[in-house]
Amino acid sequence: MSKNQSSSLYRNAVILTALLLALPVIVVLTFVFVPSGEVWAHLASTVLDDYIQHSLLLMLGVSIGTLLLGVSTAWLTTMCQFPGRSVFEWALLLPMAMPAYIIAYTYTGMLDFSGPVQTAIRDLTGWGYGDYWFPQIRSLGGAIVMLTLVLYPYVYLLSRAAFLNQSICVLDVSRTLGNGPWRTFYKVALPLARPAIIAGLSLVLMETLADFGTVQYFGVSTFTTGIFRTWFGLGSAAAAAQLAAGLMVFVFALIILERLSRRQARYHHTSRRHQDLRRYILQGNRAMGAFGLCLLILLFGFLLPATQLASWTWQVAGSILNAQFLDMLLNSLQLAAIAAMLALLIALAMAYGQRLYPSRSVRFAVRLAGMGYAVPGAVIAVGVMIPFAWLDNTLDSWLRDNWSISSGLLLSGTLVAVTFAYLCRFLAVALQTVESGLGKITPAMDEVGRSLGYQPMQALKKIHVPLLQGSLLTALLLVFVDVLKELPATLILRPFNFNTLAVRAYELASDERLAEAAPAALAIVVAGIIPVILLSRTITRSRRIANHVDANLRETDA
Amino acid sequence: MRPTRLLACLGLSLSLAFPVAASAAEEVNLYSARIESLIKPILDRFTEQTGINVNLVTGNADQLISRLKTEGRNSPADMLITTDAGRLHRAKEAGVVQPVSSDILAERIPEAYRDPDNQWFGLSLRARPIMYVEGEVDPAELSTYEDLADPKWQKQICIRSSSNIYNQSLVASLIEANGPEATESWAKGLVNNMARPPQGGDRDQIKAAAAGQCKLAVANTYYLAGMMNSTDVSEQEAASKIRVFWPNQADRGTHVNVSGAAITKAAQNRDNAIKLLEFLTSDEAQHWYAEVNGEYPVVADIESSELLQQWGNFKADDLNMSVLGENNADAVKLMDRAGWQ
Repeated sequence: MSKNQSSSLYRNAVILTALLLALPVIVVLTFVFVPSGEVWAHLASTVLDDYIQHSLLLMLGVSIGTLLLGVSTAWLTTMCQFPGRSVFEWALLLPMAMPAYIIAYTYTGMLDFSGPVQTAIRDLTGWGYGDYWFPQIRSLGGAIVMLTLVLYPYVYLLSRAAFLNQSICVLDVSRTLGNGPWRTFYKVALPLARPAIIAGLSLVLMETLADFGTVQYFGVSTFTTGIFRTWFGLGSAAAAAQLAAGLMVFVFALIILERLSRRQARYHHTSRRHQDLRRYILQGNRAMGAFGLCLLILLFGFLLPATQLASWTWQVAGSILNAQFLDMLLNSLQLAAIAAMLALLIALAMAYGQRLYPSRSVRFAVRLAGMGYAVPGAVIAVGVMIPFAWLDNTLDSWLRDNWSISSGLLLSGTLVAVTFAYLCRFLAVALQTVESGLGKITPAMDEVGRSLGYQPMQALKKIHVPLLQGSLLTALLLVFVDVLKELPATLILRPFNFNTLAVRAYELASDERLAEAAPAALAIVVAGIIPVILLSRTITRSRRIANHVDANLRETDA
Repeated sequence: MRPTRLLACLGLSLSLAFPVAASAAEEVNLYSARIESLIKPILDRFTEQTGINVNLVTGNADQLISRLKTEGRNSPADMLITTDAGRLHRAKEAGVVQPVSSDILAERIPEAYRDPDNQWFGLSLRARPIMYVEGEVDPAELSTYEDLADPKWQKQICIRSSSNIYNQSLVASLIEANGPEATESWAKGLVNNMARPPQGGDRDQIKAAAAGQCKLAVANTYYLAGMMNSTDVSEQEAASKIRVFWPNQADRGTHVNVSGAAITKAAQNRDNAIKLLEFLTSDEAQHWYAEVNGEYPVVADIESSELLQQWGNFKADDLNMSVLGENNADAVKLMDRAGWQ
């Protein structure tokens, strides 16, 4: 095969895969053209304003919150030395293991008017309802806080990786020019880390838009809750799809924003030389401040809700922890591992294809494949079910007509369908991470590889994969944790007698049995913690890997 | 990652895709909107008695219905269970269920609680009365659902959001009783009387009332029963402050809904599915609904549990349940217009 042929083959394979993964989104969007007339007019005149306003405010609030929390903690744990730093370095990722709907349940349990905190206040003071002010947990503000607490790790993770990867030389130059730590941060480190920070933020915002559990529980009407209500309550799939399309406008805006921020400047490593970090040593009040900030975030994002879950679990453990529970645990882990692995492979193939053959069509296809992330899981599930069942039924009919045999349903209602839905939904996570990792490897490295006579595959193996190791593992684990927490798609597509932890936790919580839901919720959190800790260790190590590539290249030189 | 390892993973994922087919022996495949812990025990009882295995997928009713729809004649499901009549009606409208003629079902289930065309059957009753805080409200002041819109209850009522199917069904029944216009102005009055923007579930309404945020709550009785039996002491305490009032006893009766089931159009184990359906109306199963789920038996003269008896007998609205489904979309729009979040 000539080089041209193989390149076009690869390019087409990338485009085809991307289109396949975008299929559910496309299927749902085709409903947009089904007229919904009267229902749409009803929505527009009654609730649409609320949907738009609440969605926008939610995005704004969560952006501000996650940027503040994520970037500040990333900078502190990477560049400063203060008591507890080495623990916070990984511990600050822990809230990631906490699904947003579960943290919402626990805080409601604690802070609601009838919860222990307010009851204690009333018992102490003799006040009644209306005699005092207390923040309303079930509100838009509450939803912003909940989502911020569990989503900031995305920003933390990516900006920390960026700070770590910044060549120390640049920061040293800044220092020798007389810039203090604050100036260095604002003028040098932050702009250099911007693509990574924006990538993290866009993940956060897509999670925010797709969130269903939290906003529904808090009674905040957004596009996502509106889609469900319109689809099922008003019985209009078309109007629901039109709302989904509205949601996608937000997503497109996000993607464009992210692209723009990347286009303005391309930041690559300016040097392959890394030295050990010399951290700013914080003392006195500054050290206390840094310590206090990290501790508070960890406390509210993880320690408190986890303690609440543990105490509920303790209450009910006897009746819930059995062989069936173990089955669910294994099911969940297995599904998450397989989906994460596949997502990583596909993301790597796509991101690499985009680097090798940067054409408009490839870029567009890859963007399209990432759209699923912002679409609520339940909508994706319906988008998976329709084409899969169609395929199954068509094949079956053909076999029945021509051969009088029935194939039944091969794809729908199997784990293939569930796994495919996960890939559609979470590919963006892997893609973002791999892309932003790949983006930091200067094209000069590729050229060096080529000048050494490497074929693309060889270059990938010898140069990119080692350099990317951190990003690859990040991608793998992000998808793993996401799948573990995923709910609606699993709920809709899973086969008979197949249960996961998330389904169990949701079922009981939605029946308002928070205590009984706690063991499954806690298990999700615990299972999510392990990859999170591994993840953090790898990022710290990733700097060393750069040296390893150095050695690789030198080996070939010789 | 090494290619061999990748292949192994891919192989594993493919092998998962084609699970070994369950033996074609005696079985029923069930799509259930009723959560696993509220249905599995009675299904296990059925298996013990008949030797017929029950395979179960639980999920949201609407999503199970759309799954049935897209799977078409190849759907593996034989039976659909939901927790409200509205969804059973939707399944009928969607054409995914089939009529069943069974003397046992016809005899045991009162007419109002099954589909006129025998396409679905109610299995347990879920009453949605008004609850009040003992000592705060004189039950003599309470009368009907309609009365909840009276300004005397300003800022006193806790009720969950209009996205909730139980409220949608309640409003659907009011539309049938009083017409759409009267119901819309009723809904506006109710919104004015809400103590807070709707949030949380039924238990949360009860808890808020017990904590003093409102004096009245609208909730299904089995939630109150669940709280009384809860392992959580604070739930027990909250429930102990609450009393049940049966509204509209002088006219049509208290609004009730059913959990129920239908045989799917694609059912390949139709006979077994009918057996299961009939089993669920047996004395044993009906008792179980009351004891474990805190719901009212659908079959007449089955004694409800001790817990339920303490709230006394009541007259239930005998409106045919299919009307709740027919009026659903109108109810949702009406609630939107009334500003019921």
